[in-house]
Amino acid sequence: MQSHAPRRSGRGLTRGIPAVLSVVSAFLVWELYVHLSGISPLMLPAPSRVLEQIVLNRALLWDNTLPTLKATCAGFALSLTVAFVLSVALDFMPRLRRALFPIFVVSQTLPLVAIAPLVVLWFGFDLTPKVLLVALVTFFPMLVALVDGYSATDTDIESLMRSMGATRGQIFRSARFPSALPYFFAGLRISITYAVVAAIFAEYVGARAGLGIVILNAKNSFRPDLVLAAVVISSALTLGLFALTALIQKLALRWREVAGT
Amino acid sequence: MSVLVMKNVSVTLGGTSILDDVSLHVGQGEFVSILGPSGAGKSTIFRLLTGAVEHDSGQITCNGQPLTAKQQSFAFMPQRDALMPWRRIIDNLTLGLEVQGISREEARARVTPLLADFGLEDFARHYPAQLSGGMRQRAALLRTVVQDRPVLLLDEPFGALDALTRTQMQAWFEKRWRAARWTTLLVTHDVREAVALSDRIFVLSRRPAHVLTEVQVPGPRPRLGRRITPEAHALEAQVLDILLNQTGKAL
Repeated sequence: MQSHAPRRSGRGLTRGIPAVLSVVSAFLVWELYVHLSGISPLMLPAPSRVLEQIVLNRALLWDNTLPTLKATCAGFALSLTVAFVLSVALDFMPRLRRALFPIFVVSQTLPLVAIAPLVVLWFGFDLTPKVLLVALVTFFPMLVALVDGYSATDTDIESLMRSMGATRGQIFRSARFPSALPYFFAGLRISITYAVVAAIFAEYVGARAGLGIVILNAKNSFRPDLVLAAVVISSALTLGLFALTALIQKLALRWREVAGT
Repeated sequence: MSVLVMKNVSVTLGGTSILDDVSLHVGQGEFVSILGPSGAGKSTIFRLLTGAVEHDSGQITCNGQPLTAKQQSFAFMPQRDALMPWRRIIDNLTLGLEVQGISREEARARVTPLLADFGLEDFARHYPAQLSGGMRQRAALLRTVVQDRPVLLLDEPFGALDALTRTQMQAWFEKRWRAARWTTLLVTHDVREAVALSDRIFVLSRRPAHVLTEVQVPGPRPRLGRRITPEAHALEAQVLDILLNQTGKAL
């Protein structure tokens, strides 16, 4: 009769201290180096200067963050849908899996540098090419995670369900899909970290607005401080999305939290 | 009257003969054990009955009807509890009923009155990982019996438990069985367990398995939770002797 002691967030906070310390000290070293060496801000701006630029250019940054966020979310939603639908199809049709999997693997070998300009060429400067590129980059880890997750289902549970007279669909819904969820979230966390970067890269190649455009313009006008300001925003976006997936995972896999596994 | 009858059943899997001319029968409300060495094909009999493998020859009937895929005559309890870790105990218990197409509410309503008998009334909302091994096994058994099938198939249900818990669980199970009189077919390699729980025991040979002998177990119940009678001891020794000497080189 083990009683259950859910983890308190307080412990999570204490656990975060080393991470905060290491990040803060890295920035401190950077700041000190810039001031002590007297290096030009055109070469390497200090973190304080980057922060200042964020505040000064907040309107510009905000206006350009929205298109990037939009492309990221739309691309990710598309990729999530495609990955899920495909994973179900592949699970029910092993032959389809053998036929299509090589194509998916090849899709991951395409260098983004080469493919992005082509996609922009084909689909123009609107949202479409960005959405497609984000989807291309992010769908594979989720698909692999789902497919592997399905096949990691406990065979005892499956034979039990078969002995109950369950259909293939019932077994999928009640056993294979829930078994795949922890795997799926592992893939989701990997994917989400690619998503913002892919959107920015797509904008960099050709767009009317977005963080990628801010970075491009800042680079062309020799403003490393503004480049880094946009980078900070993009990192913050990724971290925010990452935290969101972690939260959803926590809610979806509550049984793992409670069981303390 | 026999509920389950297997007559001259043979199974070959991948060119290997697993079951060779096995005949056995289980009567209404009877507790029958299949006892045999490890790897003898005891579990194959259950896979056969639950439709996971096909037999090459022989007949299997349940309540006089030949076994078909559609008809669900058996409720199966696997060796490991196979509880779904992501479902609360109550939702694990209703799984079989949900598969039958019964709504979640009705399935819960059917399971809830049985929780107390299985010592689970305070744990319905818990997840399996929060329960001890014995409690998980009780939950697995309850999940099996609520399916309300003509025959229970128990595949070494106490094999994964530690010795002390196993002894407690066997005594508890005998009590529950005496109250409910489920028609039960138990697979085990534990001679003492078979002698303690069964009305009759079919002793299987090594692979390819055939029935070495059928043993009637006399003696009043309950048999567990008290000192083992000399008769039971003698029977255990006799069955063990059959297993050791007629199944070839054991140990």
